[in-house]
Amino acid sequence: MTFSLADSLAGIILIALTAYVLMGGADFGGGVWDLLASGSRKARQRDLIAHAIGPVWEANHVWLILAVVLLFTCFPSAFARIAIALHIPLTLMLIGIVLRGSAFVFRSYGGGGGRVFAVASLVTPVLLGVAVGAVASGAVEKVGRGSFYAGYVAPWLTPFAFAVGLFALACFAFLAAVYLTLEARERELQEDFRLRAIGAGVAVFVAAGLGLLLSHQAPLVGRRLVESPWALGLHVLTGCAAVTAFWALWTRRYRVARIAAATQVALILWGWGLAQYPYLLPPDLTIAAAAAPSITLELALGAVSVGAIVLFPSLYYLLRVFKSPSAAPPTTPPLPPR
Amino acid sequence: MSDLLAARSQMAVSLAFHIVFAVIGIAMPLLMVVAEWRWQRTRDPIYLDLAKRWARGTAILFAVGAVSGTVLSFELGLLWPRFMEVAGPIIGMPFSLEGFAFFTEAIFLGIYLYGWEKVSPRAHLLAGILVAVSGAASGIFVVIANAWMNTPTGFTLVEGRFADIDPVAAMLNPAAFPQALHMTLAAYAATGFGVAGIHAFVLLKKRTSVFHRHALAIGLLIGAPAAVLQPLAGDIAARHVARHQPVKLAAMEALYETSVCAPISVGPGIEIPCLLSLLAFHDPRAEVKGLDVVPREEWPNVTLVHLSFQVMVALGTYLAVVGLWAGWLAWKKRDLLAQRRFLWAVAIATPCGFIATEAGWMATELGRQPWVIVGVLKTADAVTPMPGLIVPFTAFTLLYCALGVIVGRLLYQQIIRSPRA
Repeated sequence: MTFSLADSLAGIILIALTAYVLMGGADFGGGVWDLLASGSRKARQRDLIAHAIGPVWEANHVWLILAVVLLFTCFPSAFARIAIALHIPLTLMLIGIVLRGSAFVFRSYGGGGGRVFAVASLVTPVLLGVAVGAVASGAVEKVGRGSFYAGYVAPWLTPFAFAVGLFALACFAFLAAVYLTLEARERELQEDFRLRAIGAGVAVFVAAGLGLLLSHQAPLVGRRLVESPWALGLHVLTGCAAVTAFWALWTRRYRVARIAAATQVALILWGWGLAQYPYLLPPDLTIAAAAAPSITLELALGAVSVGAIVLFPSLYYLLRVFKSPSAAPPTTPPLPPR
Repeated sequence: MSDLLAARSQMAVSLAFHIVFAVIGIAMPLLMVVAEWRWQRTRDPIYLDLAKRWARGTAILFAVGAVSGTVLSFELGLLWPRFMEVAGPIIGMPFSLEGFAFFTEAIFLGIYLYGWEKVSPRAHLLAGILVAVSGAASGIFVVIANAWMNTPTGFTLVEGRFADIDPVAAMLNPAAFPQALHMTLAAYAATGFGVAGIHAFVLLKKRTSVFHRHALAIGLLIGAPAAVLQPLAGDIAARHVARHQPVKLAAMEALYETSVCAPISVGPGIEIPCLLSLLAFHDPRAEVKGLDVVPREEWPNVTLVHLSFQVMVALGTYLAVVGLWAGWLAWKKRDLLAQRRFLWAVAIATPCGFIATEAGWMATELGRQPWVIVGVLKTADAVTPMPGLIVPFTAFTLLYCALGVIVGRLLYQQIIRSPRA
């Protein structure tokens, strides 16, 4: 098995998706905790969430844009298939993204709209997960054939796809709660989000179990995740990250919890990627078959590399500026990591 | 409404909104940098206030642009999967570069917004300049991709399929330079006059506000030169269109028959002989191709293209005249606030640049029809087979209207409203 140019670009797309899940996903999760805010510190919980999202407001979508652009540049036929078969859930997801973004600002400036923000935060991750689940189950196969239901609804309206949707929602809520324990300045708020993180962690397990029960609906990915030579190692690593995250939350080591939770979610995504390999769209479209001509791939890789050369020093500078000890009152930088 | 028309309308609505956010997002960082530079020079706190307000405006539009940009990147495929399937490998390159320009903008905007106390004044100003440069670069990359649809290069067609593709040659397509120049100037002219116009309007009522006076001056400093240069860029673009997209030019000018010494109609029944030949080829006797060079079914909607082109030219001319007037007043060192007629002219100009930009886009996009890639792929063959497209079209139209109201309200609260004394 050789690792081709097309494989590396597919890998970069997965990295971009991982970054979107780890950073943008937490923004969605924040909306979930906004909806579920409760107890005597309800208002303070909501303030903390708004404060944590505020500076990064929607800028994290740039990762999703990067993944989409690389997909249509390097794997155009796969992009076309996905866009046709998953038109409905993707359109609903976009509506969710727009509603969420608008409602968030609207609320930040005192115009109401909190309910819209929270509900859109709940629905959008499910739809993203449904799209991923549909791809993983091998349903994005033949497009635009047969009846409306067969062509545009059946590929994604499956129990498995919705189980993946719930799993995505649980992961995002988990990440958000873990990150918020670090954002909180007061002990009581930290405790609130610590308990929520533990609860969401349990939900991640339940959703994963549900997905496992239904995995016969995703034959290729399901089988590979059990039988492949790398499967055991991956499960052990993911399990270790999960246990570490729980232990760290239990013992209030929030920095460790953040790293462990992010590692756990990233490993799950990479497990999906590995299980599909070499298929981009199971059961028939491989990375090699979907790949654009090599000149396009070379240039795309070149653009990504040049971009990285410009971006990483800039990111480093941004972080250095904001993490420097002289940095007076805590302000969150607008882009990445918390 | 047919599915094709619904898909085109949804794309049009999405782009019409995105363009306004993008245009302000490109030019506002420049206003912000100029204000900060003035603050560092003069230590007049009003300049600092302006720089911070325009930085907030940039941040709001950046975030909204991220949302509408996410929608657009998906919509390209959701509505036009066949187009993306063939065009993706060729024009994905500028989109990827745009992504990185956007990223760079995000990082330096972060440093700018939250780094006032944390980096040296020089580094802070430099961060602002980088925001302005990367904002302009991302706009240019997207326009390059659009230019390729007008003048596709960088491939050979073998039995209807692309072969020997060359993404670099595609980026260097003939329409890229004239379109990018025209669009970038449009962004500065529209935003500069948009800002100047609003403050001019306030100044007509509150004559003494130094805040609005400084804001007016900086708005004009960016808007006026761009508006004055725009007719030259327009001339380059029009001569390019005459050579490379003759059908579009014919539709813009409603020229039905190929003619030598072609006239321009400036109103119902009024024609200036030979002017079109003169403008399009800098030769009054040049032959200008009419709509008759292609069969009837390959004509764009002549009425709409012609009308939007005329609206663009008229408003662009108005902005150029006001820009020259501003330059003349500045040269004579007249006090702008004493010139009520001038202030009215600037106030009226507030929406003109944006309307001209929208009209210009309508002219170029509608003028390309029925093609999505001129001569290669028809729009009707690119649309998704998904039925019922009127549903997403309606939903997105309502959504964007809501988003537009919110952004307008925010910009008013954060930027325009007079500072509390």
